[in-house]
Amino acid sequence: MSTTTPERVSPRTPSGRLGFGARRPTTTPERLGSVMAHHFLVYRRTWRGSIIGRFLSPLFFLLSMGLGLGALVDDSAGGVDGLPYLQFVVPGILAMQAMMTAFGESTYAVMGYIKWNQMYAAMLATPLRVVEVLGGHLAVVAFHVFTGALIFVVVAAPFGAFASWWVVLAVPVAVLTGLAFAVPTFALAARLENDNGFSILFRFVVTPLMLFSGTFFPIDQLPVWMQPLAWVTPLWHGVELSRDASTGTAPGPLGLVHLGVLLLYVGVGWVLARRSFTRRLVS
Amino acid sequence: MGDDILVRARGLTKRFGDFTAVDGIDVDVRRGEAFGFLGPNGAGKSSTMRMVGCVSPVTAGELTILGLDPASDGPAIRARLGVCPQNDILDEDLSVEENLWVYGRFFGLSRHEVRSRADELLAFAQLTERRHDRVEPLSGGMKRRLTIARSLMNDPEVLLLDEPTTGLDPQARHVLWDRLFRLKREGVTLIVTTHYMDEAEQLCDRLVVMDHGRIVAEGSPRALIEEHSTREVLELRFDPDEQEQHVDAVTGVGERLEVLPDRLLVYAHDGDTALASVHARGVQPLSSLVRRSTLEDVFLHLTGRSLVD
Repeated sequence: MSTTTPERVSPRTPSGRLGFGARRPTTTPERLGSVMAHHFLVYRRTWRGSIIGRFLSPLFFLLSMGLGLGALVDDSAGGVDGLPYLQFVVPGILAMQAMMTAFGESTYAVMGYIKWNQMYAAMLATPLRVVEVLGGHLAVVAFHVFTGALIFVVVAAPFGAFASWWVVLAVPVAVLTGLAFAVPTFALAARLENDNGFSILFRFVVTPLMLFSGTFFPIDQLPVWMQPLAWVTPLWHGVELSRDASTGTAPGPLGLVHLGVLLLYVGVGWVLARRSFTRRLVS
Repeated sequence: MGDDILVRARGLTKRFGDFTAVDGIDVDVRRGEAFGFLGPNGAGKSSTMRMVGCVSPVTAGELTILGLDPASDGPAIRARLGVCPQNDILDEDLSVEENLWVYGRFFGLSRHEVRSRADELLAFAQLTERRHDRVEPLSGGMKRRLTIARSLMNDPEVLLLDEPTTGLDPQARHVLWDRLFRLKREGVTLIVTTHYMDEAEQLCDRLVVMDHGRIVAEGSPRALIEEHSTREVLELRFDPDEQEQHVDAVTGVGERLEVLPDRLLVYAHDGDTALASVHARGVQPLSSLVRRSTLEDVFLHLTGRSLVD
């Protein structure tokens, strides 16, 4: 504080952002970076709690479904669609895990920053704007999905879970799938008054999607009336793209549809999330 | 002159649907002063502060902060403001110093600036010894000082303090007031909301009294007391069941009488003389007290209601 004097009129500091008078404006990368830096610093303190959900649970699925159930499926039916069951199911687990991580990071975390510790409000009292507070947090969610997917691919590969090196594309597909859930969930979390809505979301949205989106069996095994549910929700599209990448199959025109649906969820979600954040935080 | 008015409001209005929180107020805050918004809960103080802090759009009227328009220059204005909110919104997963570091980054300060600033402010807030501790176990006074330290990370020209000492014990309040005096001496303009009279009298050079979204009086604490109250006040307490029957007898003593649920307030230039005339009228209160007028009396006179509860 000893450096502060009323006489000083122009900022004379390395950043040009201290001292009386107009400050040098921050750039968009600096603003997004500062928001992400905050989340990463918090994660350094809290990462232990995320290990089971993010890294062990997909491994459990791989062992139980891919190897355990897979042996039965391969013996009795000769795999699924010409693939050994392990190679069929692991790309599905990858996309499903992206969804789970995205939900996990966009529900209580967002409500907490709005209501409990009100960190979004603290951020918005600085030069940061809603788009940067939102964008920075979403970038961190994308990073968590990315690391989770990458580690799972590395761990699953030695089991022979992937037929092709194209599986590297399954990682960005997982990130896009995660965001297709995360962005609309941010919008929802900013509208809820309490966290009761989240358990409904998990029970009636996340769990059914996990089971009926072509993750563990192709959706043409579903009753005809249930198939449209897979078409209009993001997970099935992510699973299909992930499976194409993992098996090295060229996706064809349907691949563009899958990509388009995921991007649509991200885009519409962004508009809604920005609107609900603005309404909730700067009104 | 324009450069010396840091906050200028004309007909400033904030509406939420049908509810008018701030109803056309005019305010000028000058560089280097401590300016107060005084009023009961719901008077519109916090809504005003949120507009000045550029986190709540103006519904109608004009608002200029540091010569800039909050609607178009929000980030540039906020870069020069410090905001200390009513609740201590700190990140409890982080340590004391980490809370300062991440906040400094939001203003684009370099890593080096953030660290050296945090060191200075931890000393200023008397928290250097707790710097590595988590935030959660800190006392209320410490959390409040940390929140203020955080709001100073960007070396603000204007510091907005919303109810700065609400919920603190008397000693913690005095420590805090001392810190705020130092800031003011260093040229920081303070804008304070409070519903505590003693706080307004301690801190503010000038203040406005708000009620129902409007400004009902404006001036220095002393001038407001002189204008709207008498020099002294005589407080009379009676058995609550019998107070009413003494009102008529006391009426006419002093310049004015206020009837509160638990006591009578006689406004007089000289309280002891007033007490003598009360006794001369044959009225024997259970207890009596002569004190100087405070802003509480101003508020009571202007609105007919007491300020707290």
